[in-house]
Amino acid sequence: MAKTKILLSGNEAIAQGAIQAGCSFYAGYPITPQNEIIAYMAKHMSVPSGIKGQAPRVFIQAESELAAINMVYGAAAAGARAMTSSSSPGISLKQEGISYIAGAQLPAVIVNIMRGGPGLGNIAPAQSDYFQATRGGGHGDYHVIVLAPASAQEAYDLTQIAFDLADKYRIPVMILGDGILGQMMEPVKLSAGKIKVNSVKNWALGGCQGRKPNIVKSFFLREGDLEEFNLRLQKNYQVIKQKEQRCESLFLSDAKVILVAYGTMARIAKSAMSQLRSEGKKIGLIRPISLWPFPQKSFQIKNSKVKYLVLELSYGQMLQDVQLAVNGRQQVEFLGRSGGGILSQEQIINKVKKLL
Amino acid sequence: MIERIIIAGSGGQGVMLLGKVMAQAAMVEGKQVTWFPAYGPEVRGGTSHCMVTISDQEIGSPYITEADTLIILNQPSLEKFKGKLKRKGTLILNSSLAKIDPYTKMQVFSFPFTDIAMQIGNIKVANMAALGCFASAKKIIKVKNILKVFKSIAPAGNLEILRVNQQALEEGQKLNHG
Repeated sequence: MAKTKILLSGNEAIAQGAIQAGCSFYAGYPITPQNEIIAYMAKHMSVPSGIKGQAPRVFIQAESELAAINMVYGAAAAGARAMTSSSSPGISLKQEGISYIAGAQLPAVIVNIMRGGPGLGNIAPAQSDYFQATRGGGHGDYHVIVLAPASAQEAYDLTQIAFDLADKYRIPVMILGDGILGQMMEPVKLSAGKIKVNSVKNWALGGCQGRKPNIVKSFFLREGDLEEFNLRLQKNYQVIKQKEQRCESLFLSDAKVILVAYGTMARIAKSAMSQLRSEGKKIGLIRPISLWPFPQKSFQIKNSKVKYLVLELSYGQMLQDVQLAVNGRQQVEFLGRSGGGILSQEQIINKVKKLL
Repeated sequence: MIERIIIAGSGGQGVMLLGKVMAQAAMVEGKQVTWFPAYGPEVRGGTSHCMVTISDQEIGSPYITEADTLIILNQPSLEKFKGKLKRKGTLILNSSLAKIDPYTKMQVFSFPFTDIAMQIGNIKVANMAALGCFASAKKIIKVKNILKVFKSIAPAGNLEILRVNQQALEEGQKLNHG
């Protein structure tokens, strides 16, 4: 594909990123504000991928969210690069399947374009599924890697990274966006070159002629087996925690107040920071890109007078991870709105001025 | 430079397309740009809108709380969004379908875009007449770049569509010169 910029919504950028990453199986069920992902996949997955020897790509509009996630479970077990997408209430429905995929150590990509909750909520942008995303979401002692893009370009790039991480660690990876990110269009520079997938999946259920059958399951009845399996999972999580922290940090060296925000909220925070710095105020920004693993290493600032201000479109969820990372060394303050309310630049600036 | 524009009209008047063409033209010029639509349920005869932000620097929120410019194609949209225009901001108004009382706190370009479109022979191009008016009023995006976008998105082989849109754009552009 030519290295040109095109105007894409965040949703379309995620879909195009998945296609560029060699996604060969997509199943989804419609829900606002992520419908453009399904629409884009419906249109583009029917075009042959151009990968030599690869079977035709599959797009399915499933009969329900449960069906979609379980189709992804099956496709991932068979070795496909598989993805599903939904929005908050739909992601809740998928949690059983996500737990099974984590329990079967399968790679899959799940997109959650968050809307207001709890319950059916509304279709306005929100970030209130942070706990659900970063703490596993379903039952059992597991995690999924969570990546939070803040622009259409990053949505495109991170979706490709998500497929690679999923294969590398055999873990579900979630792209966590909000309604604004999904709906907003921005210029996106597309990757040059053909689709390449380098993963070798010798554990996949791809027909066992001439070899021992593989087994993919999340069921360990014999005494001790499940504990042993959980320890293996934990070991994998420790490696991921060490190696896969992602973050953007700005002006930390002289900052007196450091704003902490992700996704759309981080864009507004960045505008507030620029405004305040133009007035000579020493403000910095930490924008976590991986929410699990949380970028703890970026919070190792020694100056005890620095203050953190956590900004969310939810009521103090990421705040807890910041408090854990800061571990009492500095003051951590919070400002958030949810249920469709969006923190404005002015609200952030007013709060910062009280902290300075 | 940062320009925040809210574009509103009734469903079917092409306000989403107006915004997308504007955003693409800004992209062609190498500017930073965001386009953000109303994506909720809307009613027939009600309003539809999108928000376009054009800047030479990184753009924060694509959601606009205070607009530099409003492009309004019908009366319900004017009532809904006039309070969002900043003091001394620009209002581009479709006088075929909306009227505003005498004003002091804004700069108004009021022209009958729908009538102009009907004279051209296609009522649907009222949106592009308004875009032409915006281009000459604010000098943020060049008409030649808007024409480039037309050519890239128009259905191949349908020269008539290209022609009416181009004519509407040019007529809109001429309006401000009296």
